[in-house]
Amino acid sequence: MAEPIVTIRELSKVYQQGEIQVMALDRITLDIAAGEFLALMGPSGSGKSTLLHIIAGVDRPTSGVCLVQGIEVTKLNESQLADWRNHNVGFIFQTFNLIPVLTAAENVELPLLLTRLNRAERRKQVETALEVVGLSDRAKHLPRQLSGGQEQRVAIARALVTDPALIVADEPTGNLDSHSAQEVLGALQALRKDAGKTIIMVTHDPKAAAFGTRQIHLEKGELSP
Amino acid sequence: MALPLTYNFRNVLVRWRATLATILGIGLVVAVFVLVQSLAIGLEKSAGNTGDPRNLMIVRKGSTAESTSQVSLAQFQIIRYWELIAHDAAGTPLVSADVVTLISQPRRDGRGEANVSVRGLTPVGMTLRPQVKLLTGRWFIPGKRELIVSRKIARRFAGFQVGESFRTAGNTLSVVGEFDGSNSAFDSELWMDADEARSLFDRQNYSSLLVRAANPEASREIINRIESDKRLPLLAEPEVKYYGDQTATALPIKILGNFLATAMSIGAVFAAMNTMYASVGSRTREIGTLRVLGFRRRTILAGFILEGALLAAIGGILGCLLALPLHGVSTGTMSFNSFSETVFEFRITPWLAVKGITFAIVVGVIGSLMPAIRASRLPVIAALKSL
Repeated sequence: MAEPIVTIRELSKVYQQGEIQVMALDRITLDIAAGEFLALMGPSGSGKSTLLHIIAGVDRPTSGVCLVQGIEVTKLNESQLADWRNHNVGFIFQTFNLIPVLTAAENVELPLLLTRLNRAERRKQVETALEVVGLSDRAKHLPRQLSGGQEQRVAIARALVTDPALIVADEPTGNLDSHSAQEVLGALQALRKDAGKTIIMVTHDPKAAAFGTRQIHLEKGELSP
Repeated sequence: MALPLTYNFRNVLVRWRATLATILGIGLVVAVFVLVQSLAIGLEKSAGNTGDPRNLMIVRKGSTAESTSQVSLAQFQIIRYWELIAHDAAGTPLVSADVVTLISQPRRDGRGEANVSVRGLTPVGMTLRPQVKLLTGRWFIPGKRELIVSRKIARRFAGFQVGESFRTAGNTLSVVGEFDGSNSAFDSELWMDADEARSLFDRQNYSSLLVRAANPEASREIINRIESDKRLPLLAEPEVKYYGDQTATALPIKILGNFLATAMSIGAVFAAMNTMYASVGSRTREIGTLRVLGFRRRTILAGFILEGALLAAIGGILGCLLALPLHGVSTGTMSFNSFSETVFEFRITPWLAVKGITFAIVVGVIGSLMPAIRASRLPVIAALKSL
């Protein structure tokens, strides 16, 4: 196995729901290699989204270690985490989460506003990212003028525009018809192959998971063989 | 780094139905604020337009208005021949002894009677007040029971049109001309011959003297001499200052304006707050997304406050536009100095518009503060999962 980009050791997450403690993740240990396309599967409530959020620096574990590119993400404070996410992780959501009042190009540009790039450099990167997902001709369209598949491809462009090593996708095809889902999964696969990105995708759908290079299953907060 | 301004601007516009009511509300508050303040400004402006820096106004010590002041003939004669006074080409000293009195006249619109100032003055008095220009008719002739009326007063009272006459103090006075006082305090006056006014209103004395000093040095000397001369229980001060001090009437208007605006702005703050809470509520997932992308809490906070300010600024501009048609419209009130009708114009100055819009922005910022704090503190994961 190649050098791991994500190293997880004894990672646990406990939620307090009223008086009951819910074990969302139970001492998970996992390595994810650079350049892998990992499909994270499991039923609802199995903890797969929680795991994804912790790796991506959006959530914090109750205990355990999560190293991403050698950095102990769980130890960063709120502001450091925000910066770290901006530079190192690209996000793709089930519901696309594009900003409705911004055009496709402006949505893709958003993460770049937090970098030191000037306007011309930003524009160039936005163009490249839209080109990668095949939507150069839709740059000036608002999200509501795009189909679901196109919206998700804009979201992919937004995820890769800062050139992060890691791209996380939470049910990226959950809201798409099968044709659009194929397109989006194809685009993710191409990112791994052509650009060497590491992709972690949470999905219910075995067909989607088949696009990954490896599949792992979570059940009740534990990795199942 | 901040979110792009277009993001905030479009968000204000995109929810235009919801924000329209708030914008209108803030607009009305600003319109009221601007209008009341423009009255005060108009009043001050009218006082500020009056007077010539070379002139001195002399009234009885302690009197607050010309109509309650008295200057005797003897005092007039003493001052008149001082070498400190300027002279015209014919050698006449530039001193005008005026009689100012109040007459009660019915208003044109039938809403009862009000006091109007009548100024009796000599031809020198007219020379000393060059801002007064005859518009129609002719100047009054000394020795005749006739007068000229400011156009702004003529519009507000019955019987003041050129050619009309009215009865006062048991006599009939004819209106022979109409003048314009160039937005000065003289716009609130009727002018007639000084001696005719003394006899008509049975006055032994004059009300005030208006003198032109030979030079600035002489001006100071006149003030000092009157101050130190025991025979002259009078007060001399620059004409400009005298009228400048007559703006006390503007104060209650300003206080009323500020009170009204403050009371209404509390309502506007809640309207803005409501709109912004609704905006935060409907954009929860968007806020979560921005946070995940790396935007910090303070950026979200600033963004929503900016949106509130933007919304309010639009309201502020609207308020100024609503008030603008009244700019230059003349109106009147009773002056607390002279107890007579004072006419002046609504004056919406650029500075007042800036104040109105700033006021609106303050309302917007206060209103959006709590919603913005709420937006910036949304837990990221919960926000992402919201529909």
